[in-house]
Amino acid sequence: MDFSIASILMLDGITNGAIYALLGLATVLVFTVTRVIFIPQGEFVAFGALTLAGLQTGKTPGTIAFLLVMTVLVAVLDVVAGLRAGQGARRVWIGALRAAAPPLLIGLAALWLAPQKLPLVLQVLMTLAIVTAMGPLIYRLAYQSLADASVLVLLIVSVGVHFALTGLGLVFFGAEGSRNPAFWDANFSWGPLLLSGQTIIILLASLALIIGLWLFFERSLYGKALRATAVNRLGARLMGISSNSAGRLSFALAAFIGALSGVLISPTTTIFYDSGFLIGLKGFVAAVFAGLASYPGAALGAVLVGLLESFSSFWASAFKEVIVFTFILPVLLWRSLRDPHREEE
Amino acid sequence: MNTSLRKLVLPAVLLLLFALPLLPIPEFWITQLNYIGMFALVGLGLVLLTGVGGLTSFGQAAFVGIGAYSTALICTRYGLSPWLGLGVGLAVTLVVALLLGLLTLRMSGHYLPLATIAWALSLNYTMANMEFLGKYDGLLGVPPLSFFGWSLQDGRAIFYLIWGIALLAALGVRNLLDSRPGRAIRALNGGVTMAEAMGVSTFRYKVIIFVLAALLASVSGWLFAHFQRTVNPSPFGLRMGIEYLFMVVVGGVGTVWGAFIGAGVFKVIEDELKELLPALLGSDGNFEIIVLGVVLVLIIKYAPKGLWPYAVAAGARWFPVPPRERDWADAPALPSRDKPPRGAPLLTVDKLRKTFGGLVAVNDVSFEIRAGDIVGLIGPNGAGKSTTFNLITGVLSLTSGAVSFRGQPVDGLASRQIARRGMSRTFQHVKMMAEMTVLENVALGGYLRSSSGTAKAMFRLDRAEEMQLFAEAEKQLQRIGMAGQMNELAGNLALGPQRLMEIARALCTDPALLLLDEPAAGLRHKEKQALADVLRQLKAEGLSILLVEHDMEFVMGLTDRIVVMEFGSKLIEGTPDEIQASPIVRAAYLGTEH
Repeated sequence: MDFSIASILMLDGITNGAIYALLGLATVLVFTVTRVIFIPQGEFVAFGALTLAGLQTGKTPGTIAFLLVMTVLVAVLDVVAGLRAGQGARRVWIGALRAAAPPLLIGLAALWLAPQKLPLVLQVLMTLAIVTAMGPLIYRLAYQSLADASVLVLLIVSVGVHFALTGLGLVFFGAEGSRNPAFWDANFSWGPLLLSGQTIIILLASLALIIGLWLFFERSLYGKALRATAVNRLGARLMGISSNSAGRLSFALAAFIGALSGVLISPTTTIFYDSGFLIGLKGFVAAVFAGLASYPGAALGAVLVGLLESFSSFWASAFKEVIVFTFILPVLLWRSLRDPHREEE
Repeated sequence: MNTSLRKLVLPAVLLLLFALPLLPIPEFWITQLNYIGMFALVGLGLVLLTGVGGLTSFGQAAFVGIGAYSTALICTRYGLSPWLGLGVGLAVTLVVALLLGLLTLRMSGHYLPLATIAWALSLNYTMANMEFLGKYDGLLGVPPLSFFGWSLQDGRAIFYLIWGIALLAALGVRNLLDSRPGRAIRALNGGVTMAEAMGVSTFRYKVIIFVLAALLASVSGWLFAHFQRTVNPSPFGLRMGIEYLFMVVVGGVGTVWGAFIGAGVFKVIEDELKELLPALLGSDGNFEIIVLGVVLVLIIKYAPKGLWPYAVAAGARWFPVPPRERDWADAPALPSRDKPPRGAPLLTVDKLRKTFGGLVAVNDVSFEIRAGDIVGLIGPNGAGKSTTFNLITGVLSLTSGAVSFRGQPVDGLASRQIARRGMSRTFQHVKMMAEMTVLENVALGGYLRSSSGTAKAMFRLDRAEEMQLFAEAEKQLQRIGMAGQMNELAGNLALGPQRLMEIARALCTDPALLLLDEPAAGLRHKEKQALADVLRQLKAEGLSILLVEHDMEFVMGLTDRIVVMEFGSKLIEGTPDEIQASPIVRAAYLGTEH
């Protein structure tokens, strides 16, 4: 290996690492706010990439219908729960309608716009809107009533959701993979390095999102409310922060990050209905690296995972995945030495 | 009559299982039953690990894979006996499981499942890429088993081996759960503080159940390899690992028979869905995982205990669960420790200090307890009483100072080591195993006075000692006047009896010093009186007690001496009369007059 190969591998690793960093951040975000270990994070990646691919070919992706079905289901559940709790009928209906309005509008608009072959930018925005709207609905359907259950129970639910979403991905998109056109097909060469426009977009978008998240959590009241929920759910509730809306918001962010990652990488690699899982898990290894707690830690871990992956694909490409996932074991050892047992009550 | 009817159920099921292959049942169903038996074997491990111990693994399929690949390699490559393959598979599994367990089981609960996901993925990719393991094609031509010259090639023949092993394993797990180590394992699932205070090394038992679950999975893999006659990576992937968990959650994650019910339900449903869904959707694919995923979420939401407990509850009308047979009347007493003579120094606390960051929670507190005394530790809210208590019992580590018990230093020891020296405690918030009877909860207290291990328990060689333990537990319940409630479930008791039960459990450890953390908190007046009577009686019997309490009236009428704390420091120490007369105590509780 000479310097030029090393630098190419490094660039590759950092580009992939940027995507893993986004997914790792989403995992940390969801875990700290809701204590859900969100295994299905990667499914949003596949949904994002393949919804965009569907729109590209002028088809109406199944994700739109899925969004609408979930919206109706959530509205029905909300109405039933509200009426059972003895709230006034008027209030219940208005509340359910208000909650259902955004995903309903997004879904209907997408249904109308999908066959119209819009420009790529608008299709990307539409994809992001569709997938982001799914996040809160999934939280409502699968997790909300279990918000006080143990981490382990929530993890098992996550695995169930992962199964369901993967299978639905197969229904929506079929078994064939898709690849999207690059957003920006310029190429820059810099010494031995060939920097494609897509790589630049990935790096810039990841950086922007990481900074955006940082600003959101450090500077905005809503971000601070989310952090408060993360520290102490009951305390936050007593301060008037709804842990349900905190959960929904964190899932919306996670879905958005997932969809964005999917859209970003879809021009660089072929994505299948089940590709998201492995990509998400690598983000996950990064999050575990940070003890599921720290954002900068997760970003750092993600870059490490990306580099590890690109270098091991050069030396032992068949064992690339083995090396990446075995990496979690020494990380866990290191964490267990650093952060000895804490009892969960 | 009902109990005798109940006794007939198991033999009837066994007879039916034995007869099945002899009946003209289509081969398809025999094959299904074979799969169900092998799945249930893996499920049994998960029952122990997840349902009882509160840990979980998504990587059980990988252990199945280790078992299957080991024997396939031994038989096809080296032409050696499948029985050697079983041994090698178990040995490899043991090493891997120990390594993983030691790495992750010290950390909070959710790191283990995460590690198993990663490990299941990497092992699966390893199997799929190793030249000598046949890559994605796997190893072909695994020989059938034979048993003393009797070939088990036929599905109907291997049926007996599969179900024989599965039922023996079920029996072993059931025996284990109703034993000394079993009670320790059951105590894991709700936090480790209580189990540690009873002298249980919780880490050790976490490793034990993780390894046991892995070994069961490995045996299942051995059967699988010789039943299928080929192995390839696909049935040992993460997906199957998740499906094993699905089975036990559906069947009843906390129950031995739930593993069998779950495996049966899963196998039948999955097969039906594999036929139905592609036809419905008009294309091929693993669509059944949608239904499995949704069902998993729904079960956790609406029937978290799974199907089997419902069946038991429904069947209780016809087959009531009989109370434990009282067979321990003649059991010899457990060994008991020497007690210090009355008046001898028992506990010396010297300049005990605990800081959390900049906050000094306990500030150089010193006091002493002599054998036979009841000492009260009182003070306003936040005075540091419970922290002091946790420092003495080893639940928290102290910043500086010294604690000696019966002349030996105990500061810096873990709480289970302190328990071994004869200090036993109760908890401010009752910690118990709600699903077990009062008697079994109290018997956990006898953990350190007995020695039967996991293997002995699984083979039911621990009965003599079990009788001694139950005799002791009953004796302690009589001592506090609760013998009549010994067969009730602990979770069904009111708070007062629950607190008394905790005292009985602590007494069952044969303590030289009993530490009670706010035993009267939340009790009604009558219950407080009953508690005070019990404590007076224990004092009359010569027991030494340290009592953290809020209720002044309760403490004043009961103790020999009182230590008052305020803001982490010792305010004053004296007899109840001196304390009552003291103006500083009054100021601490009521504020000063201006």
